[in-house]
Amino acid sequence: MIRSAPRGRDHVLAVYPLAMLAVFFLVPFGIMLAVSVFHRVQGGFYEPGFELASYARFFTPFFGGVLGFSLALAGVASLLCVALGFPFTYFLTRMSRRRQVPFLVFLLSVLSLSEVIIGFSWSILLSRTAGLSNLFVALGLLEAPAAWTPGFGALLAGLCYLALPYAVLVLYPALSRLDPELVEAARSLGASPLRTFFTVVVPVLRPAIVAALVMVFVFTLGAYLLPQLLGQPQHWTLSVLITDQAIYQSNLPFAAAMAIFLLAVSLPLVGLTQWLGRRRSLAA
Amino acid sequence: MSGLVLDKIDKHFGSVVALSDVRLEIAHGQFVCLLGPSGCGKTTLLRIIAGLEAPSAGRVLLDAEEITEQAVHKRGFGMVFQSLALFPHLTVGENIAYGLKVRGLAKPEQDARVAELLELVRLPGLAARHIAQLSGGQRQRIAIARALALKPKLFLLDEPLSALDAKLREEMQIELRLLQQQLGITTIVVTHDQREAMTMADLVVVMGDNRVQQVGAPLDIYRRPVNRFVADFIGSSNLIPGRLREGGVEVAGARLAVAEVGPGLAEGGEASLCIRPEEVRLLAAGEAGANRLPGRVSFVRDLGATVEISLDCAGTQVLCLTMPEQHGQFRQGGTVTVELPAAACLALAP
Repeated sequence: MIRSAPRGRDHVLAVYPLAMLAVFFLVPFGIMLAVSVFHRVQGGFYEPGFELASYARFFTPFFGGVLGFSLALAGVASLLCVALGFPFTYFLTRMSRRRQVPFLVFLLSVLSLSEVIIGFSWSILLSRTAGLSNLFVALGLLEAPAAWTPGFGALLAGLCYLALPYAVLVLYPALSRLDPELVEAARSLGASPLRTFFTVVVPVLRPAIVAALVMVFVFTLGAYLLPQLLGQPQHWTLSVLITDQAIYQSNLPFAAAMAIFLLAVSLPLVGLTQWLGRRRSLAA
Repeated sequence: MSGLVLDKIDKHFGSVVALSDVRLEIAHGQFVCLLGPSGCGKTTLLRIIAGLEAPSAGRVLLDAEEITEQAVHKRGFGMVFQSLALFPHLTVGENIAYGLKVRGLAKPEQDARVAELLELVRLPGLAARHIAQLSGGQRQRIAIARALALKPKLFLLDEPLSALDAKLREEMQIELRLLQQQLGITTIVVTHDQREAMTMADLVVVMGDNRVQQVGAPLDIYRRPVNRFVADFIGSSNLIPGRLREGGVEVAGARLAVAEVGPGLAEGGEASLCIRPEEVRLLAAGEAGANRLPGRVSFVRDLGATVEISLDCAGTQVLCLTMPEQHGQFRQGGTVTVELPAAACLALAP
């Protein structure tokens, strides 16, 4: 049992995080909320007011499509990242500490690459003139060089590349704490390695897996450069539209309304995922 | 032979030797303790038997069939791990039924077997509990029940009681022994606690320095240790340096007769006289006789139930364990005659 501190001290302790939260989150969010209902001045900026005109624009098939695509893209990217990152992290944590270090250093150095560099690198790598397909032609696997970008595959590859290190870093602590005797116990009870993996390793680590899924989902939902660099216009996400409205169309009220809309849609999704993760781990 | 045979097992991790030339035969139905200090290779040996570790050389045979290369999950041995390794995401019942489910038993049969096992470990009706809701002793029993669910050919336990407090540990030792007798299952327990080994085992395998030092019944090992390591590790021993002389040990000019001379000793060479503290007898000063030495009481530790008397005898510290009513006459600083009965004395390599 953790003993709770006297109530008075509890309040004092809460002041600092509360202040940080207010300065860095609540105030900016409040401003954004206010801007989203302001009146847009055509050809100018915006002026204070209260109207729901910006929100009214959501109820079109176009926005429904963009929102659906954004959520699906983030969903697929997070599933793919965790599917790739989980075995990687599992085998990494089974190595000796000393052998893990170069892998972790490499992983952290990938984090230092900016989204722009990653985007351009992938677009060159997948291009017809200088990309991987030329290598496949040289190896005799392809007839002629092909352009794989812009396209959905290229976009997904770029997003996964960007988010994979985060997925691994979220999974790493939980996986390295996994008691190897749990696996051995399952094996001694007659379970094959594969069965052990799916009936013991994955369920025991379910909270970490859910955390990694949510993390990558939120992260890729906010990506706005890669869809423009690696995707075709139909692959542009809501984040791209927000950037477009805010920077190029100077329509801040609409951009703010979209940002709030994205938040309002994705937060319950995140909550749902966590709730499902918790419920299943209790029911199992 | 029928039973488990370990044939010249070697194991090294890189350049580190964990086991060397281990030979062991364990008959069915026996309760065996692998006993030794930490780092002696006993857990590695158990893991080799379980199939969790492959030996670098040597063979493991069960009922004359070689199983050295057989995968863990095909051996059908039950194992209790040091951390217990209960699955935290499953209930007590699901933990016990895990192996049954893998085997493909129907749900009603699983439930019946789970109830039977919970009865066996005296925790009936706990099937729906979560692991986190159990006490240490209860977890212990669930781990045992889970390992026994598939009626294993071998029951292996790696320091199973080390996480329990002293009182509970003693209770569980007795319970585990009774359970083994009831089921008649061949059981191998790794422990560093010699009391635990003495309480439970039919056969104690004393390990030290990565090899088997002595194999035998608990009391045989206690009474007839083959070397200093075993004498020191199992209970406490007085080891008095001297020389081997005509089948006895010469200490401070007096020849003391011994019941047995250990291996590797030569006439006139250095030897240690080994005697258990409870075998040492004290007499009044000046009472001469065979196997007696003069001594001086250096310290008396009265523990209530027993009394430990430290003696300075022929330049060596000798410990005597006796009953309270007998020590009244022996005070710190007094001189006494120390009798080392020949029947209780051994000559061991120095």
